[in-house]
Amino acid sequence: MLRRTATGSALVLAAALSLSACSGGSDEGEGTGSKTIQVTLANHVWTDNIKAALPEFEKETGLKVELTQLGEDQLSDQYNVKLNAGTSDLDVMMYRPLQEGKAFGKNGYLSDITEDTKGASEWNWGDFQPGPVEATTYEEKVVGVPIITETEVLYYRKDLLEKAGYSAPPKTLDELKEAAAKVQAANPGVAGFIARTGKSAAVTQFSSFLYSFGGQWADDSGKAAVNTPEAKQAYAYYGGLIKDHGPKNVSTDMSWPEAMAIFTQGQAAFYTEASSLYKNATDPAKSKVADTVGFAAFPEGPAGSKPYNVPSWALGINEASENKANAWKFIEWATSKEQTLANQKAGVPSARTSVASDPDATSTYPKDLVEAAAAGAANGVGFDRPRVVKVPEARELVGQPIVDAITGKDSGASADEAAKAFQALLDDENK
Amino acid sequence: MSADALPVTGTSGFSRWANDHRKWLFASPAMAFVVVLIIFPVAWTAYLSLTDAEGSVRADKEFVGAQNYLDVLGDTARFWPAVWRTVQFTGVVLLVEVVLGMAIALLLWRPFRGEKWVRVAILMPLVATPVAVGMMWRLIFDPNIGIANQVIGWFGIPEQPWLAGPGSALWTTMLIDIWQWTPMVVLILLAGLTSLSEEPQEAALIDGASGWQRFRFITLPLMMPTVIVAILLRGIDALKTFDILYATKGKGGGSYNEVETLNVYAYGLAFDYNEYGTSSTVLIIFFLIIIGSMWALTSRRKAEY
Repeated sequence: MLRRTATGSALVLAAALSLSACSGGSDEGEGTGSKTIQVTLANHVWTDNIKAALPEFEKETGLKVELTQLGEDQLSDQYNVKLNAGTSDLDVMMYRPLQEGKAFGKNGYLSDITEDTKGASEWNWGDFQPGPVEATTYEEKVVGVPIITETEVLYYRKDLLEKAGYSAPPKTLDELKEAAAKVQAANPGVAGFIARTGKSAAVTQFSSFLYSFGGQWADDSGKAAVNTPEAKQAYAYYGGLIKDHGPKNVSTDMSWPEAMAIFTQGQAAFYTEASSLYKNATDPAKSKVADTVGFAAFPEGPAGSKPYNVPSWALGINEASENKANAWKFIEWATSKEQTLANQKAGVPSARTSVASDPDATSTYPKDLVEAAAAGAANGVGFDRPRVVKVPEARELVGQPIVDAITGKDSGASADEAAKAFQALLDDENK
Repeated sequence: MSADALPVTGTSGFSRWANDHRKWLFASPAMAFVVVLIIFPVAWTAYLSLTDAEGSVRADKEFVGAQNYLDVLGDTARFWPAVWRTVQFTGVVLLVEVVLGMAIALLLWRPFRGEKWVRVAILMPLVATPVAVGMMWRLIFDPNIGIANQVIGWFGIPEQPWLAGPGSALWTTMLIDIWQWTPMVVLILLAGLTSLSEEPQEAALIDGASGWQRFRFITLPLMMPTVIVAILLRGIDALKTFDILYATKGKGGGSYNEVETLNVYAYGLAFDYNEYGTSSTVLIIFFLIIIGSMWALTSRRKAEY
């Protein structure tokens, strides 16, 4: 009996040891990489479409794709933890070139795929628009392939505008302000205008206002420019519009899901937002105003209509991946002309020139949205947030005057403060 | 054969060795657990707090000594307001939860009809996931379409901004925390109450003590150890509250950092700004604050009893 106890404990110990040895085991087959590709994607219409087409890819190549799908915030937390630990169990990563591109590049998280992009002649790297390509290039090395592009457009409610006596959407920012007031007066209980209000979330949508007023985040010499008269005007305009014509008791934490909800619940007449989110407003399952929503090009400011036109998502390969060759095969397939065309038909604008100019690709879109997006693509600015390594911090700094303008504080003074803090961040990064 | 070893008849060297070192062998899983999951992370955090680690923890980092501590302790824009919010949040929810919890526990103490159902109903908030709770209250407190403003409207109270107001957000999150965690205090106190003996109460009744006197001079002193346990458990949890704050106001605790406590601040530093050195510093200071306040609480208890 006693003897059995001693042997038993030895067995338990041995089992524990061998178990811990197992957990460290790695995939079979070195050199060529595993047959299984670990792909991490964000929740997006693009992802749904790719997911549906996956069996095709698996059949063609004999590879297996293990897909992880996460919300935006969870995705960046995952990357933070896993990439910091140097994990090899991420192969293909869907990331935001403008948000994380520089930081990932600097940290060496993204694999150099210049050779792959050059080597694939049929796939044709030259077909991708130069702006997005610039955003997925870090220090002259290609580190990602842009998959989704978007521009800012004006969403509006045709029925409410009609009621207020308008037959067409506003063409300039002055007209927008006037129309927001009139529509609000003609439709009690409905706000004239809504947009994102969160300090960080609003920055990207505010950027089009900033550019259209003639402002910049930083000037050409790399100095913070968010306190120029143009920028101050833009802050006051954006915040003032929400303060004066937005919903009562407006929250200052809204990102697109909250702002979109107010619009699709029928509680606002005008809404400026990314074009790629239009399905949320036109899908009757998600929107009460699906029948009456219209789209227009971003209104002109003193410097013209200058919305952002950016690659919002890209695919890259984890530098620590042991399966790079197969990871590239997945990217090559997912960004091929066929997949891109299929995705574009399903409502996701791409960065491929040949697809963008294909009339067939946009046949399913609302016609006014196609025109609005084309205008954005023609005059657009290639970035919608400060181009730095520490994007999250910078967004909070330059976003503060937006929130201050919404809550009725002195946004001019706040812009001066923001410029100082932003300058300190720029100095720190350029040291 | 050493004195404490069991008689082993086997010849295998390993069984003999294992038998001689029983105490180490059996304690080793627990010790390994403590080392891997408690000591190592704390030590690593302490080390990072002395470096300028940022961007990636695997990137080159320099040893900067106490510089991070000086920076953090001198930061009046984010750090000290976060400390104050943490103290405010913990103090208020702890006070309300213990007083309210005691009142509810006293009500539930004596058997009554339908007791089972009432107890189940009171425990409901406790079993809900905090993030789901946060989402739910966010809808309830929505300033435009939420039900909270409608309900108070029936009583003629003007609409409140709730979570959306820079001044009211922290108080609203406290309300949510109280709603969710008072049941736990009730549970602990009720367990203490049911273990009290009846005699002192009866004696006091015969002596003509009023209900309040019986509570103040008999029930409460006898309950003190249980109350301290409840305060300790709830206090540590309240200091570390993260899920409710994050689910209702997001990263940074809102656009004005309205509900940014130390925990939310440290999370933002690590996951948003990727400033691991500074984040570790905040966490170590926070760790010391928690240990300090718990030590103060328990040492007072020892002195009293």
